[in-house]
Amino acid sequence: MNTIPILKLGEYLLVSIQVDMHDRLALQLQDELTSMLVKTKSRGVLLDISFLEMVDSFMGRMLSNIAAMTRLLGAETVVVGIQPAVAITIVELGLTLPNVRTALNVDAGMEILRRLVDFSDQKGGYECQQE
Amino acid sequence: MSVSKSDAATIQNTEDIVRLRQRVRDLMKNEGFSLVDQTKMVTAASELARNALVYGGGGAVLVEVLKEDNGRTGLRLIFEDHGPGIADIDQALTDGFTTGNGLGLGLGGSKRLTNEFLIDSSPGAGTRITVTRWM
Repeated sequence: MNTIPILKLGEYLLVSIQVDMHDRLALQLQDELTSMLVKTKSRGVLLDISFLEMVDSFMGRMLSNIAAMTRLLGAETVVVGIQPAVAITIVELGLTLPNVRTALNVDAGMEILRRLVDFSDQKGGYECQQE
Repeated sequence: MSVSKSDAATIQNTEDIVRLRQRVRDLMKNEGFSLVDQTKMVTAASELARNALVYGGGGAVLVEVLKEDNGRTGLRLIFEDHGPGIADIDQALTDGFTTGNGLGLGLGGSKRLTNEFLIDSSPGAGTRITVTRWM
């Protein structure tokens, strides 16, 4: 079975999903990412889905779940690289991706992560990170 | 209208859903569908296959390439399961309604992502859903 590599870069974790995920792999990613987050005490997760050719409701729920789980662990998640055709399809499907922050690309995503982490350092704690 | 290509597959596990997505993608790419059309249909296929698996206890899908007399090409998917069926189709098509633990977007979303959408279902008799996307 495939695994999705999780890379540590400073205080962030980088995940690039480059395979068409079956459901078990998606659940495995949730597990491994949350474990790694705790182990490395990372502050943010950058989730690159630019290789994903579709996001269905299962995948959408997984992205929302990952964002919610990481927030409970004191970190922020930004999803980057949604392809235009995928964005169109997500909207028509009716997916709203609650609580998922997005950015166009890795650079923009890292910038958002840095700002979010700085902000939470100033304010501190989970409560202040809520929208 | 004629069916120029047709193949059947079973949907018994989530790997089958991935295989179906790839099959639909490849066929539509070969036929020259736009990237957006491909993505919409692949996503609808994924939703409906998961429904057949989760709610129908598994099923089968027929993938067909259609050619109309005027040259127009379509891709048709026919999903069939022998699960409990759908008691209230209007309710099942409503976004947010689910009898499981999903988001309740599968049926309504698939309808929006395809050009033709047909449900044939009755309690106890299983469900057949036919969707078509035209080029």
